[in-house]
Amino acid sequence: MRMAFQIAVSLLLAAPAHADTLFERLGGMDMITRISERTIDIAAADPLIGPHWEESNLVRVKAKLAEQICELSGGPCKYSGNDMVQVHKPFKFTNADFNRLVENLQQAMDESGVDHATQNRLLALLAPMQREIVTR
Amino acid sequence: MKSTMRRFACMLSAVAFPVCFGVSPALGNDNAKPLFDRGKLLATGGVSQVEGAGGAGLTTWALIGGYGSDHGLGLTAHGTLVPLDDFTFRSAGLALGVFDRLELSYSRQWFDTGGTGAALGLGEDFTFGQDIFGAKLRVAGDAVYDQDRWLPQIAIGLQHKRAKQGAILAAVGASHDTGTDFYLAATKIFLKHSLLANATVRFTKANQFGLLGFGGADDGYDATFEGSLAWLVTDHWVAGVDYRTKPDNLAFAREEDAMAAYVAWFPSKHVSVTVGYADLGEIALQDNQQGLYLSLQMGF
Repeated sequence: MRMAFQIAVSLLLAAPAHADTLFERLGGMDMITRISERTIDIAAADPLIGPHWEESNLVRVKAKLAEQICELSGGPCKYSGNDMVQVHKPFKFTNADFNRLVENLQQAMDESGVDHATQNRLLALLAPMQREIVTR
Repeated sequence: MKSTMRRFACMLSAVAFPVCFGVSPALGNDNAKPLFDRGKLLATGGVSQVEGAGGAGLTTWALIGGYGSDHGLGLTAHGTLVPLDDFTFRSAGLALGVFDRLELSYSRQWFDTGGTGAALGLGEDFTFGQDIFGAKLRVAGDAVYDQDRWLPQIAIGLQHKRAKQGAILAAVGASHDTGTDFYLAATKIFLKHSLLANATVRFTKANQFGLLGFGGADDGYDATFEGSLAWLVTDHWVAGVDYRTKPDNLAFAREEDAMAAYVAWFPSKHVSVTVGYADLGEIALQDNQQGLYLSLQMGF
C-alpha cells in the first residue's frame, strides 16, 4: 500500500508541468509545420477545393498556417500574414469549402498521430474563423 | 442555364435523382456544384431520433439532419428497431435538410404488442402505429462554428402525429387520435472538450409518443423535457445518453420518463449505425420496458 502510494506520487511529480499546453500536445513547432504543409498539400490536390489554390503561393500559405496554429495553440509565434478577411475575400469560400479544409486538416492530423481530443481542441480555436473566411 | 434547370429539377423532385449527385469538376461557379453537396462535417447532422427528426435516440436536437450545407440539400432515410421486454417498436422514415436551415421529415412507427396483446384483450400481435410529419427551423446560432460564444444553436419545430387504431385509443381513454407537438431545441457543441449538450422543451399531449393517442383524463398540453449529453469520441464515433420526460394523461395506465444510452458509428456521410439501450418505463400496464436500441441511417 505504502509502496503504491510512493509510486503514484513519483509518477505525479515526474509529469511535466506544462504537458497540457496545446502547442506541446500537438508536438511542438516541427509537428505543426508538418501538419500545416500536409494539410495544404491535401487541399491543393482535393478535387472539391483544390482549384481555389491554383493561383496561390503554397509555400507561403503553408508557412502562414503553421504560424497561425502555433500562435493559437499557445506557441512562441505571431501571425504575420495578411488580414484574414481581405486575403480570403476573392475566393468566395462557402461553408462547404471551409468544412472541406477542416476535413483535410483532420486527415493531416490523423496521419501525424494527433489524438482526437487534441484535434478537437485545435478545431475549437479555428472554428470561429469561419466568420472571416466564408463570404457566401 | 442548364445547371439552374438541373438544380430546379432536384428541388422539385427532392428525391434521389442521380443527376443531383454528380460531382462536377468545375469550380468557382456555384451552380456547377451538386445540390446534395455533403458539405457539413461528419456527424454534425446527428442521427434520426425516435420520431424521425435530426437528433439522437429519444431527443430532438437543434441540428438540421443530413449533410446538406447552407447551399445544399441532404436527404436521409432511417430504420429503427427497439425490441422491448413485452413489445416491439419499429420505425422508418425520411428527412430532408434544406440549406442547413429547414428540416422536413416523415416517419412511420409500429408498436407491436406481440403476445402481450392477447393478455390485454387486444389480440395477439395487435399493433399500434402512427404517421409523424415533422418540420424544424434553425433560428439562431451555429453549433459548430460558434466555439467562442455561449449561444447554442437554437431551432423551433413541430411534429404532427396521426395515430392508427382510433377506436381502441378512444376505448383506453385517449381524447384524440391526432395531435401536434411543438418544441424549442438548443444544441451546443463544446469542441474543446469533445462534448455535445442538448436541451429541448416540448409541448405535447401525446401518450407514449402518440402511439396511445393524445390527451385523456388530462387533456391539456404538457411541457416536457428532452436532454442529451454526448461525447465525440473520434470524428467517427459518438457515445451519448438521453433523458426524456413524458405526460401521464391516461387513467388506465401510468406513463413514465424514458432514457437511452447509445454509441453511434459514422463510417461515412452515407451511413450511420446506432446501437444502444433504451428504458421506456411502464407502457400499457407492463412495467419496466427495456431493450436494445438499433438504428440505421442512410444519407445522400
